[in-house]
Amino acid sequence: MRASLLRMVLRRFAAAVPGIVGVIVVTFLLNRALPGDPAAFFAGPAATQQAVEEIRAKLGLDKSLPEQFVVYVRDLARGDLGRSLTTGQSVRADLLARLPASLELTVCGLVFAVAVALPLGVLSATRPGSWVDHLSRVLTTAGVSLPIFFTGLLLVYVFYYLLGWAPAPLGRLDAFSSPPKTITGSFLLDSLAAGDGALFLAAAKQLVLPTLTLGVFALAPIARMTRAAMLGVLGSDFVRTARASGLSPATVLYTYALRNALLPVITLLGMVFSFLLGANVVVEKVFAWPGVGSYALEALIASDYAPVQGFVLVMASLYVLLNLVIDVLYGIIDARVRIEA
Amino acid sequence: MNVTISAVAIVLSLLLAAPSTAPAQGRSETLLVLVESGPNSMDIHGVGANFRAYGASWNLYDRLLTYGGKTLPDGTRSYDHAVLKPELAESWQVAADGMSVTFKLRRDARFHDGTPVTARDVKWSFDRAVSVGGFPTFQMKAGALEKPEQFAAVDDHTFRVSFLRKDKWTLPDLAVPVPVVINSTLAKKNATDKDPWAMEWLKNNEAGGGGYKLESWKPGQETIYVRFDDWKSGPLPKIRRVIVREVPSAGNRRALIERGDADVSVDFPPKDMADLARGGKLTVVGTPVENALIYVGMNAKNPPFANVKVRQAVAHAIPREKIFEAAMFGRGALLTTPIATNTFGHDPSLNPYRTDPPRAKALLAEAGYANGFETTLSFDLGNATIYEPAALLLQEALAAIGIKATLNKIPPANWRTALAKKDLPLFINQFGGWLNYPEYFFLWTYHGQNSLFNTSSYQNPEMDRLIEAAHLESDPTKYAETVRAFTRIALADVPKVPLMQPALDVAMQKNVTGYQYWFHRQLDFRTLAKP
Repeated sequence: MRASLLRMVLRRFAAAVPGIVGVIVVTFLLNRALPGDPAAFFAGPAATQQAVEEIRAKLGLDKSLPEQFVVYVRDLARGDLGRSLTTGQSVRADLLARLPASLELTVCGLVFAVAVALPLGVLSATRPGSWVDHLSRVLTTAGVSLPIFFTGLLLVYVFYYLLGWAPAPLGRLDAFSSPPKTITGSFLLDSLAAGDGALFLAAAKQLVLPTLTLGVFALAPIARMTRAAMLGVLGSDFVRTARASGLSPATVLYTYALRNALLPVITLLGMVFSFLLGANVVVEKVFAWPGVGSYALEALIASDYAPVQGFVLVMASLYVLLNLVIDVLYGIIDARVRIEA
Repeated sequence: MNVTISAVAIVLSLLLAAPSTAPAQGRSETLLVLVESGPNSMDIHGVGANFRAYGASWNLYDRLLTYGGKTLPDGTRSYDHAVLKPELAESWQVAADGMSVTFKLRRDARFHDGTPVTARDVKWSFDRAVSVGGFPTFQMKAGALEKPEQFAAVDDHTFRVSFLRKDKWTLPDLAVPVPVVINSTLAKKNATDKDPWAMEWLKNNEAGGGGYKLESWKPGQETIYVRFDDWKSGPLPKIRRVIVREVPSAGNRRALIERGDADVSVDFPPKDMADLARGGKLTVVGTPVENALIYVGMNAKNPPFANVKVRQAVAHAIPREKIFEAAMFGRGALLTTPIATNTFGHDPSLNPYRTDPPRAKALLAEAGYANGFETTLSFDLGNATIYEPAALLLQEALAAIGIKATLNKIPPANWRTALAKKDLPLFINQFGGWLNYPEYFFLWTYHGQNSLFNTSSYQNPEMDRLIEAAHLESDPTKYAETVRAFTRIALADVPKVPLMQPALDVAMQKNVTGYQYWFHRQLDFRTLAKP
């Protein structure tokens, strides 16, 4: 079992290689194909043509496209993702510093969405047509139809500006707290590890509104999918048999129905996680959240190639990992899904 | 069960026992500043150092000279471009032949690491500025500072600059953000054979002796400055610590300052500033940016705008007051000539144009375009809050005289490239010069040397002659005449129709004092105070 799992993991990694290579080539070409001249942009508002050319040479942009690509791949092999001109730092350092912020936010958003959407989905499946079902429908419709930046700004306006309940939307911590010693990169975990309750609270407060914004967006697919899957399972033969055998309703619902309904939900969670990483871009901008999404966005505006390439590459790698994790989870939840399959 | 309860109790007690006084204590000695985006380098000589990097450099480093201050008619403070003041140099003396200047450095000045400041540091720093290429070298050149041979460390505290030619911009150019004095001992320790000027190291570290030291810098997030208590080049700054946070959303910056969570906030669209000023809860200062102009440009090389009559027709068609109202909400200033309101030679009476569509139509007919023509109107999306309403009103006004203009919105990353090609027929753009001289502005924007900022590719030998003459003229009357002469030509040939002058807007809590406008548009923390 263990060996086969390892073999599967390795095989999945091998299968991901062509995809990653494709991503490298496409992002490289796409970035160069975009209009905009980074040399002119970074030469500043008062540069002469000569100054622009000097900067172009320094950036290596005066070389031919294949030459630039060879340089890029060679650096990549050394783990060098290039240098961001917008922050002035190496892209690897930037991404490493910012990825935990994005992941913490995304995970919190997903946990919130699951915590609300799963019970909502189960309840609306067991009581179709009831008020819970209608509430669920209203919530999920609102969640998907409100643009994410609008939800964010609305929450800030109401809970920070009008009511003053939420802390200032200043990123991961208010300006007067200093971040905990980095262990995992998650401020919540690191502040707990440091035993600093005040800091944990400060970090948690900052997370509330961004998490809500992101989570509301993810409610809809999870709740609807849970409802549909539960309805399907509850109407199936084995549930009828279980009920007829006199098992308690709770056992039937949770042990038999829910566990079987979870399979498509888990598949969906993978997808939801991926698109939450994408939705992060907007949430990060609204809440001054120093994550990778806002980083890539800024870089894109400045036609700063290296960070955009680095971002896409990291995201692609994350997706590969995520799919792997989900495949493994399948096997645990449903013994019928053989790893070889 | 017991375990759960005690775990909950521990977490609760941790949360409740949180020292809630700590933030309040930091608050009173610290200034919290909000910006849209921050610096990308601590080194103003670095490749692609951005606008906010100028501000970092301004506070972290000293220069030999700085500018004095003055109170403007509206009661706000501004630097004074006419008064040069000592910073690191105690005094200076221009040689009798007018071909060099000798600076005496402060004997007690030290860098942040305690090393005394010497003339060798100045020499190294100036050599660096003229050698590394790009923006710093170009800015030094504007003051006729071009070669390392011009700079000499006579002794530890005496520094001499030899002139290539007499140029009235040489001394003013030593007080702009570029000629910083770097701790050369420290910098050289971090230099390599491949990187003799320590460009890599100084990008992320500072080696200055300015009023503030760098406490920490997280690119894209925040920069924290702490006062240099040993600073000798001016009165000790009042604020002990400055936190500059990057908050990309203008709405949030506004909410933060309105709720009193931030002390100072900048980078607002004019509408927000107008609202905040009306609200009256904050100090809102908007200084029209010196020597700056937002204009409608036309390509003077290619038809149809190559015909001066067509350009004059456009100048007669533009509803300037309406545009100013809709785009600027009363911030900044209306401009009818290319020279800004607070620059020498500003004279609205020189403007020959009134919004007069029938006259515009007649001029178009004279030019052979009685039935009008089609063209595109381009602008930079990065400035859309101002340019978009202006472009829409302009489009409407042009349609009324038969010119059908399609809007061409160009993303900020592409704007410079588009300008550099010099083939945009009609566009909205702006330019501002650091040195507050009208001929400095004209040299970049109207002179036939055709710099990137002569966006119209305008050529007129008489214009070139007058600009050069004004630069060299020392007689005040003749100088004023020359400036008037080139302004008249600029208006008659009208490659650019002046629209308005942008404002540098800053919103502050009422208890923040000491704000001063600077030509480089950055905050100077050294004069700010908060009780």
